[in-house]
Amino acid sequence: MSSPKVEIIENYCKGCSICVEFCPTNVFKMEGFVAKVVRPEACTKCMLCELRCPDFAVKVH
Amino acid sequence: MAFDYEQYLRPGKLPHIWCPGCGHGIVMKGLLRAIDTCGLEKNNTAIVSGIGCASRLPGYVDFNTLHTAHGRAAAFATGIKMAKPEMDVLVVGGDGDGVAIGGNHFIHACRRNIDMTYVLLNNYIYGMTGGQFSPCTPTWAKASTTPYGNPDPIFDVPKLAIGAGATFVARTTAFHATQIDKLIAAGLRHKGMAVIEVLDDCPTAYGRRNKFRSVVDMMKRLKEIAVPVKAAAHMTPEQLEGKVLTGILHQEERPEYCEQYQQVIARAQGA
Ligand SMILES: Cc1ncc(C[n+]2csc(CCOP(=O)(O)OP(=O)(O)O)c2C)c(N)n1
Ligand code: SF4
Ligand code: SF4
Ligand code: SF4
Ligand SMILES: [Mg+2]
Repeated sequence: MSSPKVEIIENYCKGCSICVEFCPTNVFKMEGFVAKVVRPEACTKCMLCELRCPDFAVKVH
Repeated sequence: MAFDYEQYLRPGKLPHIWCPGCGHGIVMKGLLRAIDTCGLEKNNTAIVSGIGCASRLPGYVDFNTLHTAHGRAAAFATGIKMAKPEMDVLVVGGDGDGVAIGGNHFIHACRRNIDMTYVLLNNYIYGMTGGQFSPCTPTWAKASTTPYGNPDPIFDVPKLAIGAGATFVARTTAFHATQIDKLIAAGLRHKGMAVIEVLDDCPTAYGRRNKFRSVVDMMKRLKEIAVPVKAAAHMTPEQLEGKVLTGILHQEERPEYCEQYQQVIARAQGA
């Protein structure tokens, strides 16, 4: 299995912090009003961020 | 694998108009996953709404969609289903749209047990018009029209739906994203009126007035208050204080309205 790729579509992200707060392995961090992927290697592919982002801005491949 | 939402979205519509952290986007995604799970055909599916932030949902999705008058979505949807009973008909809308101005249409669709799936996004407030209280605003919560707190008791939407005759009634929250699609899919498969209430967050018109510091706080509250029906069976009334039951709350079989109406047609034709 290839390592997960977590992507944020920055012009869809509205900076609500839901992905940052609820990722069990702290993959994201807020930078200003946009979420950034800072620890992609920690991702367990639980998919919660993609499911809960209200703005279609997170994709986990 | 990332879910391909784009296949069901009208091109060029994102980013949507909902505020940062508004749960309506989470529910829209769950609805699309449920439609995908059930394999509904775009051309055979109608998604109907009234007016409100929640009622903007059909504008984003690539099906037969109707954005109608405030509170009247269930009536328009009934018309579609009666004219084309082979279609899969869904209604989406807010608490204000569904059980304030639209309460009458809502209860009669439940009573008739017409085969449709009604997803009610309950964010406890009239979001679109700036935070007036709805029949779902909790007692003593603040709204723009209840600056001293809301003295009214609430409508419990599932109880209202069950009492009015809906034959599938379920509830979840915007926090419980995977349950949204499971329950909507179960509602779509059910023959008859299916009501799925999704407790939702409106940070802009409700959260700010009611001491939620952030969207994350509102999500945490949804997580805390939800108790699955099965777990609730082993809990005391004290433990259930302030909680809401989630999951499938009611399911029964009863004659469906379009099928009943076929009998009217047969009788009129002298069969
Ligand atoms: C006949 C009529 N009365 C009032 C309005 C004003 N109005 C627009 S949306 C709305 C309330 C919407 O609240 P809700 O259904 O809970 O949706 P939300 O915005 O919270 O998602 C009202 C009162 C209207 N558009 N039409
Ligand atoms: S959940 Fe979505 S919109 Fe919210 S901060 Fe994360 S990527 Fe941005
Ligand atoms: S899939 Fe799960 S572990 Fe991976 S980034 Fe998203 S929330 Fe974090
Ligand atoms: S006002 Fe409330 S319901 Fe409307 S888009 Fe903003 S957060 Fe959502
Ligand atoms: Mg509302």
